[in-house]
Amino acid sequence: MDEHLFRHESGRLVAVLTGQFGIRHLPQVEDAVQDAFTRALEVWPFRGTPDNQGAWLYTTARRRLVDTLRRDRTARLYAEGSSAFMATEPKVSLPQTDVPLQEHEIQDELLRMMFTCCHPRLPEESQVSLVLNVLCGFSAAEVAASFVMGLSAAEKRITRAKHALAEEPSLFNLQSPEEFGRRLPQVHKALYLLFNGGYHGSSPVSPVRADVCREAMRLTALLLQHPLGRVPASYALGGLMCLTAARIPGKVGGDGQLRRLAEQDRSLWDKELIRDGMGLLTDAAATEEVTAYHLEAGIAAHHAVSPDWESTDWKAILGLYNQLLQMRPSPVIAFNRAIAVAQAEGPAEGLKAIESIQDKDRLVRYPYYFTGLGDLNRRLGRMEVARGHFLKACDLVESPAEKQFLLERVRECSP
Amino acid sequence: MTEFTLLYRGGDLRRHSPEEIQKIYQKWAAWFEDLKKKNALVAIGHPLEKETLIVQSDKSVSDGPFAEAKDVVGGYSIVSADSLKAAAELAKGCPILERGGSVEVRPNMPLNV
Repeated sequence: MDEHLFRHESGRLVAVLTGQFGIRHLPQVEDAVQDAFTRALEVWPFRGTPDNQGAWLYTTARRRLVDTLRRDRTARLYAEGSSAFMATEPKVSLPQTDVPLQEHEIQDELLRMMFTCCHPRLPEESQVSLVLNVLCGFSAAEVAASFVMGLSAAEKRITRAKHALAEEPSLFNLQSPEEFGRRLPQVHKALYLLFNGGYHGSSPVSPVRADVCREAMRLTALLLQHPLGRVPASYALGGLMCLTAARIPGKVGGDGQLRRLAEQDRSLWDKELIRDGMGLLTDAAATEEVTAYHLEAGIAAHHAVSPDWESTDWKAILGLYNQLLQMRPSPVIAFNRAIAVAQAEGPAEGLKAIESIQDKDRLVRYPYYFTGLGDLNRRLGRMEVARGHFLKACDLVESPAEKQFLLERVRECSP
Repeated sequence: MTEFTLLYRGGDLRRHSPEEIQKIYQKWAAWFEDLKKKNALVAIGHPLEKETLIVQSDKSVSDGPFAEAKDVVGGYSIVSADSLKAAAELAKGCPILERGGSVEVRPNMPLNV
């Protein structure tokens, strides 16, 4: 049985049933799917898992949904009086077919739902939360645990986003290449944010949420299955995710301790994911187009093929950061570039590069800024200064693993 | 070895996330598998719907008593063990216990002498 069968089926069922019954019935669809899962939990231990789990769940959920909608209709009919009811009820005929959809139809429904969730009217964090909740089957509590978000904040965010969606007349239209192309960058962005949220462990408890990263990768693969989704940016995004996710086994040591890129045991990196990532990068290079995802993926590729931090091609990485900074001027990217400068040209040059960052005051809540400053100063022998920076970084990180790591650095700089 | 009926009651009705449901299901599957391996599972039994009718001695039929959720029998299984105590030991592995439920253990009466 799929290790995350119910999570995966949740997204599929909600997408398919919402497609059949309409986005305004999303709450009833979700309840029906929940009921089907509860039913499975009650029955499957006794009968064994059905051969076709998806079909069993689909049939059960659909029956529940039809019963609920009929009951709701009847209740409103009596409450409002039949003529009033007929006047307000939109012309909807309950879909006749009870046959489970073909796999490629299900993939299309999932994609439709994904594009619907990435609505530009919704704040980006809401799009990401919605995708994780509706498409990936994460409860509000699990969404909250994945990012830095309280439970009630996550619930509110998701509920508000669903209300906004319910006001749309229909799900996104995948058939229109113009609309698809217009919404695609937003979908890319949401998937990118989803992956980053999992990789950089914005959760206080776990420095990496590998399951969230895997979901982002799964959805990007879904996107690449659709002819309109097969654009260079999608391949680059997929490649970036694979090459980054490959490092996860090295990022968190067996002791739960966080390891920086410079110190990771690269033999732990996932070779298959590196291979997949390189393959996707090749596909991404099929045209002349270079997006920010291409550049970030290129940087990740250099790390992936280097046996260690020292022998990495820092000049090449610096070149990529120079391009990335032009495309996406931001203090965080400028800072990452400065680290590459320090590697290619020495810590003194790196510190100069940091000094010259515009808007570097925007980095004061970014812990890696202080970690980087701490490192460079330490390498130049300025222990007191370095210590101060590491302490500041320690204040800013949430997870116990990261705090522990930084306290180690503080100790190293103490007399 | 005697046979015993296990009656499952309660278990929390809180809304579970898909991932939680998966974990609970895997626990049930593992528990029944374990009983099978021990040759202790006589019949896996059946889950029961919550709807109830009660036929009284005067042949009147009424809805089930409005029992508390924790008292409603949700299903049954039949196991074999050397003693009632041993059967109860087996029942300790039932996942329903983690969810606030309980298992009643009763010896099946032998039908021969």
